[in-house]
Amino acid sequence: MNNLRGSMAIVGAADTEVGTLPGRSPTELCVEAALLALKDAGIDKSSIDGLITCNSFAEPILYHAEAMAEYLQIFPGFCATVNTGGGTTLTVLQQAAAAIHAGVANTVLISMADSMRSFMTREQAMLAQSSTGHPQFEQPYGPSVPAYYALIGQAHMAQYGTTAEQYAEVAVSCRAHAARNPTAQMRKTISVEDVLTSRLIADPLHLLDCSLVSDGGSALIVTSAERASDFPHQPVYMLGIGEAHSHEHISQAASLTTSAAVESGQRAYQMAGLMPADMSFAQLYDCFTPTVLIELEDLGFCEKGSGGDFLQTGATYPDGVLPVNTHGGMLSHCHPGNPGAMYALTETVWQLRGTAGERQVNNAEVALVHAQGGIMSSHATAIFAREVN
Amino acid sequence: MSKILPRPTETSAPYWQGCQEGELRLQKCNACQQVQFYPRIMCSHCQHQSLDWVVATGGGEIASFTVVRRGVSDDYPAPYIVALIDLEEGPRMMSYIVGTDPESVTIGDAVMVEFEEWSDEITMPVFRVVAAK
Repeated sequence: MNNLRGSMAIVGAADTEVGTLPGRSPTELCVEAALLALKDAGIDKSSIDGLITCNSFAEPILYHAEAMAEYLQIFPGFCATVNTGGGTTLTVLQQAAAAIHAGVANTVLISMADSMRSFMTREQAMLAQSSTGHPQFEQPYGPSVPAYYALIGQAHMAQYGTTAEQYAEVAVSCRAHAARNPTAQMRKTISVEDVLTSRLIADPLHLLDCSLVSDGGSALIVTSAERASDFPHQPVYMLGIGEAHSHEHISQAASLTTSAAVESGQRAYQMAGLMPADMSFAQLYDCFTPTVLIELEDLGFCEKGSGGDFLQTGATYPDGVLPVNTHGGMLSHCHPGNPGAMYALTETVWQLRGTAGERQVNNAEVALVHAQGGIMSSHATAIFAREVN
Repeated sequence: MSKILPRPTETSAPYWQGCQEGELRLQKCNACQQVQFYPRIMCSHCQHQSLDWVVATGGGEIASFTVVRRGVSDDYPAPYIVALIDLEEGPRMMSYIVGTDPESVTIGDAVMVEFEEWSDEITMPVFRVVAAK
């Protein structure tokens, strides 16, 4: 595994416009993102010999990656549609790195998009996502996706004394970052009080504890570290990657309060030879506020059970010791379903290139990105840097 | 539209049959004696494929819960309480907490199963608080 360390670099990154985009289908957004990433990398589509996509909820296509290749008229030797829910965005990086390392592909395009806001009704979007529940033993009880995560949030409160105020800090912090990001959907700063007085969706989660529902696409171009310097921008090297999968259904989770982010994080840190304290910033999967709190603990940024206190120190805010979700995250930037964490990756590229504008983190050298899919089920952690050593 | 109804399989049919007969049935491995939920064609602990059904006491404890304030569809009028129940026999399952004020439920409350008939074919196990933590 360690031979993947520093073997792959991101050389192209782009987002489409995000938010409410009723005039563009998920397919069109996926292709648009791909073209923007190719332009960023300064290459033509004929250079792509590997393609990885993720299906959309709003316009599911049976053989998705093949359909995208056909639309683009590219003919890759490695073509995969991947689905590990919200974790897909990072698990594909391990697959791309392995494919590149094995010589199966040289230049891989990763492109994802969905239109959960404009191409689905509220009820369709809720039912589609809550179908992650077990068809016989969970779904009949009507747990919404917020409800699944509320079960986790509630358990952490009971076990460690975590409070709703502490969860709210995650939303307030993400919004503070989004306020500096012109592409974010929600930029007006909010307070802990605003979160707590927003309506309850599934106790203890309020509306502002929940991520957005958006349309949008995002894409990356990755290649071997050896070739990375042939591209126009500062390469962003992947020093570590790790996955861990503990369950699918929340009723089958070994723990509600400690996740497989512990293992995915350890694998990524070990490969990179780095520790939590080495990170200039982190992008942590924020479908709901408790997710971030648990990831901060499980990825070793603070002790188990102390995530609430850590958040209240202001560490995750702009100019904090560990800025988290510098683009605003899915809570404030955008969340078009499974591609949600792609924006964490493109933002990481811009931060490490030093082109993040008003929200640029000072001395950004090394960053951790974490995503998870299902209900805290499929975890993937990646560590990126400007230099391989 | 209607509530989402489970579709029993050959493996799970005894569980759903049990619910119709007012019994919460769990699988027990004939090799390692592990009790498991949900029903499987194998023991998730030792991989053995010979399993028998045992009748659970129906008692358990709330491992976690949430009050769903916005239902997944019009067939799920809010509020309703979705909970994870740790059964006395060990396994954890998702269910409802019924017959109580949402504000009074606490993790650790003792619960007992009861059954709600949702259709001619399907009866669902739900739980009621019998002793507050």
